[in-house]
Amino acid sequence: MNREELEQIAERWRSDRARRRCRISVCCGSGCQSVGADATLERIRGRVREAGLEGEALVHGSGCIGLCQAGPIVEVEAGTPEAPTGHLYLTVDDATADRIVSSHLVDGQPAGGEHARAQDPFFARQVQVVLENAGRIDPEDIESCIAAGAYGALEKALTELTPQEVIQEITTSGLRGRGGAGYPTGLKWSTVSKSPGPRKFVICNGDEGDPGAFMDRAVMEGDPHKVLEGMAIAAYAVGADRGYVYVRAEYPLAVKRLKTAIKQAEKLQLLGNRIFDTGFNFRVDLRIGAGAFVCGEETALIASVEGKRGTPRPRPPYPAVSGLWGAPTLINNVETLANVPTIVRRGGAWLAGIGTARSKGTKVFALAGKVMNTGLIEVPMGITLRQIIFDIGGGIPGGKKFKAAQTGGPSGGCIPAEHLDLPVDYDSLAQVGTIMGSGGLIVMDESSCMVDVAKYFIDFCRAESCGKCIPCRAGTVQMHELLSRITRGEGTWDDVSRLEELADLVRATSLCGLGQSAPNPVVSTLRYFRDEYGAHVAEKRCPAGVCQMTAAARQGVPA
Amino acid sequence: MRAMNVAPAPTAAGGDKRLKMLDAAIRRQQAQPDALLEVLHSAQELYGFLADDVLVHVGRSLKLPLSRVYGVATFYNHFTLAPKGEHTCTVCLGTACYVKGAGEILRAARRELGVAEGQTTADGKVSLVVARCVGACGIAPAVVFDQEMAGKQTPEAVLARVKGWTR
Repeated sequence: MNREELEQIAERWRSDRARRRCRISVCCGSGCQSVGADATLERIRGRVREAGLEGEALVHGSGCIGLCQAGPIVEVEAGTPEAPTGHLYLTVDDATADRIVSSHLVDGQPAGGEHARAQDPFFARQVQVVLENAGRIDPEDIESCIAAGAYGALEKALTELTPQEVIQEITTSGLRGRGGAGYPTGLKWSTVSKSPGPRKFVICNGDEGDPGAFMDRAVMEGDPHKVLEGMAIAAYAVGADRGYVYVRAEYPLAVKRLKTAIKQAEKLQLLGNRIFDTGFNFRVDLRIGAGAFVCGEETALIASVEGKRGTPRPRPPYPAVSGLWGAPTLINNVETLANVPTIVRRGGAWLAGIGTARSKGTKVFALAGKVMNTGLIEVPMGITLRQIIFDIGGGIPGGKKFKAAQTGGPSGGCIPAEHLDLPVDYDSLAQVGTIMGSGGLIVMDESSCMVDVAKYFIDFCRAESCGKCIPCRAGTVQMHELLSRITRGEGTWDDVSRLEELADLVRATSLCGLGQSAPNPVVSTLRYFRDEYGAHVAEKRCPAGVCQMTAAARQGVPA
Repeated sequence: MRAMNVAPAPTAAGGDKRLKMLDAAIRRQQAQPDALLEVLHSAQELYGFLADDVLVHVGRSLKLPLSRVYGVATFYNHFTLAPKGEHTCTVCLGTACYVKGAGEILRAARRELGVAEGQTTADGKVSLVVARCVGACGIAPAVVFDQEMAGKQTPEAVLARVKGWTR
């Protein structure tokens, strides 16, 4: 494989498209699949076949387009490939599917009721880097991905740049880890590259365990080649020849798409030996997780890849020095790696032009909870929460009032209404007591009880604690016990102060990130919603009406 | 270790096709001890759960002590050491589903089936399972019926599905 051959494949796909009147893509993300997108795709294919118009339309499934709550979604690209016109159809039923085929292919005009991405605020406010190909490629067809530019950046890195220059571009871009902690990616790469060792590894962390997050799922399902290309570039930069993608078992579609993608890339010698006729070799294997939140922690993840219980170990040594089987190992999150091909293609300075002073580029969020438009969005760093929730998200349904946005899952915190105009970047979020996290953004309205939410997250950490260190294993259980008492109306202010003491202790003394961050939701709700805790302990009342007070607790209240 | 399971012993049934397939899966991994998770995944796909003798067989094949195999099998939520019911109703308790009422769905399912989460009805028809997050937050609350994901669920809709199974 070389540049010319890559360009030939792209050209072949493009000219195939140019011969046809339009391209119809059906979103086959998990959200749309749950409302029958596969049947919609089959129906459209069937109608096209019956009308004998197979030569007129290119019909394929695509990755997640983002507006999950309006599935199934069909997008038609009419016009020529150079001057395409996009037509987006939401909540497509059988009749609409039939109409799409007959209107676009027979009458040569839109079917009515369509949206234009540019005019819909849900899409118009987004800046897509990681998700740039969503809806534009068929993730199961490598040729469509190559036509969209896949593996072009790898070719550029291997033939034009030295490993040092690749690392320099990443450093220039200011990219920080998208898994949540925000460690500078260029620095991590440089550390691994300098670590001596006969063998090095690259691991892609696709163990998206945060409840309420599905960004990495969408990227792995929707554009698997971007992830593989990012891994290969990373491997070239740090001097690794072997990579693992660690995916959750809960994501069977991502596993299937990645398997297909690896096979197709190997066949075209875009993975394997002597890639692009250079001396660079890189093999990728899948490792399927088995449902353990703690495996998102890098040392636990390494243990799991080695086939052991996923328990963390003290750092240092960091995986960059001693990771998988003791060898220097680069671990990056899916979204981080998916940024890499674009950075190499367009230069680090390009990405650095998006975002704020210390947070560059974009961030993908899974917008969910009590908000009109739920789904997957990619926004520039520094956008305000208000813009995300009210412009892109369309506000709170049912005329209810916004109460809080939760980011960072069980390791994060809640942002109250007073901070709605906060720019969303790593440092601003840390200042208000939460974290960027991997990208789960759950909107809550007045019908959510913040004490109950804190209990929910502690319950999660309690169940997911691996049990290796005592502060996390025992501390989360005790914190859950205290919160249960409070939500039953049996708690006192003493319990609240004990909760605060324990939160401090667990945070300061736990072995890994799970325990260190487990108290965050409690600390954060205590900071902003102390009055709700007060209502529970002093008045034996749940303002949101979620918690059921016991009869005994209610009787203790003076009438 | 627990008492032996009642399920068919893979090693005892010499002509068992599934055992041959499991051995093939082990060979594909070149019987590498670090492929333990992959092999356990294959075993669970074949048998539906991990019986004690399957664990013993996997341990021998990968030259790993049983303590290690059992330790891994019990550590991860995905592996189950007891047979599942004919059907599985998985209620997602991810944050998005939780704030949209997954708790009520779970309570309704518990009442209807008369079992707690993680258990199977006495007639072996339905297992009630909870998931940490199935990544379908955009269509919360989500419930997975057998392998099929359903979004925007209500307690009534879930009960209707489950009743269809138990009839």
